[in-house]
Amino acid sequence: MAATLFDKVWDAHVVSELGGGVDLLHVDRHLLHDLGGSAALAEVAARGLKVRNPGLTFATADHVVSSAPGRTGGAHDWAQLLVDALRLEARKAGVRLFDVGGEEQGIVHVIGPELGITQPGTLVVCGDSHTCTNGALGALGFGIGASEIVHVLATQTVEQRRPKTMRARFEGAPAKGVYAKDMILALIARVGMAGGVGHAVEYAGSGVRVLGMEARMTLCNLSIELGAKIGMVAPDETTYDYLKGRRFAPHGAQWDAALAWWRTLPSDRGAKFDREVEFDVSGLAPQVTWGTSPEDAIAVDARIPDAKREALEYMGLEPGRPIAGTPIDRVFIGSCTNSRLSDLRAAAEVARARRVAPNVQAWVVPGSMGVKRAAEAEGLHELFRDAGFQWREPGCSLCVGANGELVEAGARCVSTSNRNFVGRQGPGARTHLASPATAAACALAGEIADVRDFLA
Amino acid sequence: MDKFSVLRAAAAALPWANVDTDMIIRVERCVRTPRAEMGRWAFEMARYRPDGSADPEFPLNREAYRAARILVAGENFGCGSSREMAVWAIAGMGFRCVIAPSFGDIFYNNCFQNGVLAIHLPKTVVDGLLRALGEAAAPPEVTIDLPAQTLTAPDGEVHGFDIDALRKKALLEGLDAIGVTLTRARAIAAWQEADRARRPWVWADRP
Repeated sequence: MAATLFDKVWDAHVVSELGGGVDLLHVDRHLLHDLGGSAALAEVAARGLKVRNPGLTFATADHVVSSAPGRTGGAHDWAQLLVDALRLEARKAGVRLFDVGGEEQGIVHVIGPELGITQPGTLVVCGDSHTCTNGALGALGFGIGASEIVHVLATQTVEQRRPKTMRARFEGAPAKGVYAKDMILALIARVGMAGGVGHAVEYAGSGVRVLGMEARMTLCNLSIELGAKIGMVAPDETTYDYLKGRRFAPHGAQWDAALAWWRTLPSDRGAKFDREVEFDVSGLAPQVTWGTSPEDAIAVDARIPDAKREALEYMGLEPGRPIAGTPIDRVFIGSCTNSRLSDLRAAAEVARARRVAPNVQAWVVPGSMGVKRAAEAEGLHELFRDAGFQWREPGCSLCVGANGELVEAGARCVSTSNRNFVGRQGPGARTHLASPATAAACALAGEIADVRDFLA
Repeated sequence: MDKFSVLRAAAAALPWANVDTDMIIRVERCVRTPRAEMGRWAFEMARYRPDGSADPEFPLNREAYRAARILVAGENFGCGSSREMAVWAIAGMGFRCVIAPSFGDIFYNNCFQNGVLAIHLPKTVVDGLLRALGEAAAPPEVTIDLPAQTLTAPDGEVHGFDIDALRKKALLEGLDAIGVTLTRARAIAAWQEADRARRPWVWADRP
């Protein structure tokens, strides 16, 4: 029978069928981070258990570490305690840690693919809802809670109910100034933030095939904002070119064996999905959110809708006015959504030889040390600094504020992250989600701006 | 984990859709607040005014809900971040059961890991409950019968609900998920051994 990519990868990981559609699945890659990693490792030890497969487990410090230039860990005592605890527990358990100060540290969903830890057909879990990002490589990645983390450490398995499947087809080529971020925000606006609940989404169509790996990661990253725990893209030559030679990717004869299996993974012709959505991206404009949910995305040249009164009040916006021209205070280019080299290049293309508006504080936070070094090799750090952006150290930073970096109450921030929830970037902070290029354009204009005006 | 069988208790209505886990518990509380104190900080942005007093606009601050142990909410409850502290916070407020038309997938799993019963019911049924609870002056009682898989609304109407057999068993018996899976250690070992031959590259050591 014709099978989907999702079905093939799921079925390849079933250790036991537990009945009622629930399976015990093998975890190939378990990623830990500083927010809950040390507590989970300590809990395993406290139960008198061992980490079953330390070699399949990887840790990094990203959520609580400072992004300030020159940082060595957390900027606060409580943050440093978590970093130190992760170091201690990872060492005791024999788990590899990509530590602050090392050349491989970074946001967990950035370094997984970047180091070749995430591979097509692997089952990847992490105590973070944006683990769906890993699906861009044809992996089955999903976020888990604190209890499930301990379960995976102790057993290398996770109990899951098989979700339904949904295929989102993007057709057509996006116009200049329109990126994967705009595509996925527009899809969420159409389907709604609960539209994917209970589903694993496969992104397909000509609009996806032409995307590079990093853009596919952006697409998959926002699956959870669609309500879907899992988002995937079928692996292809783009995927294999991306992976080849990466540190933890297969080498030599194992590469050939892996490649042969990976090529069998894409959905078969005629495979049935429980739900299909099609989206023509050829006429799409750059998107920006106006409300407090990722589904509140509109074209940057559109007017603020008359809806969700409480969201508008929180955001300090008036319905009927154009969203463009709204004055801003902060810009954040970073997060597991949009902090990779191609994201920074897109922002740099806009910022080149221009200046950040005097009323705006603009940050660029690369997703990993790998991204940072690669960007610096191209001179992007100087370009951003010359334009008035701060060039900072890798981590989650202003996306979630877990490290104490926050947007002030009432301040308005254009952010390349994934959530514009009430208080997400700080109590009272007002977040507008957008692509890195749009965020850069807004920084220069000092207000919400149409990036197409900067790309002439 | 505490066992769950029949719960007859006051229920509270939070008639909001898409309540995200950032709203349920702020990230700084996840980092800096002991689990035992999280209930105090549940929904803090909506629950307290800037001076720290209870905000009368927040539905769960109603006097009638003070002793509630069942929470009824709108669709996609617990969406967003995977933070399990959202469940700890809700449990810390005293809730043992959450009812909604749909849940964030990760939050839903997290509930069962903590002995909290998450029940999804058709939107029309949940809307009816929200209305009944919202209008009641005295604490309206709801009965959840897990063995029978029924919910008895304040008006006496009985609604059946679905739950995975495994989750039901785990709640009824207060099972520890890790302990249960460890009884399958042999199957896991066999799977891993076969997979090392099938996909050796997944298992390769790296310097």
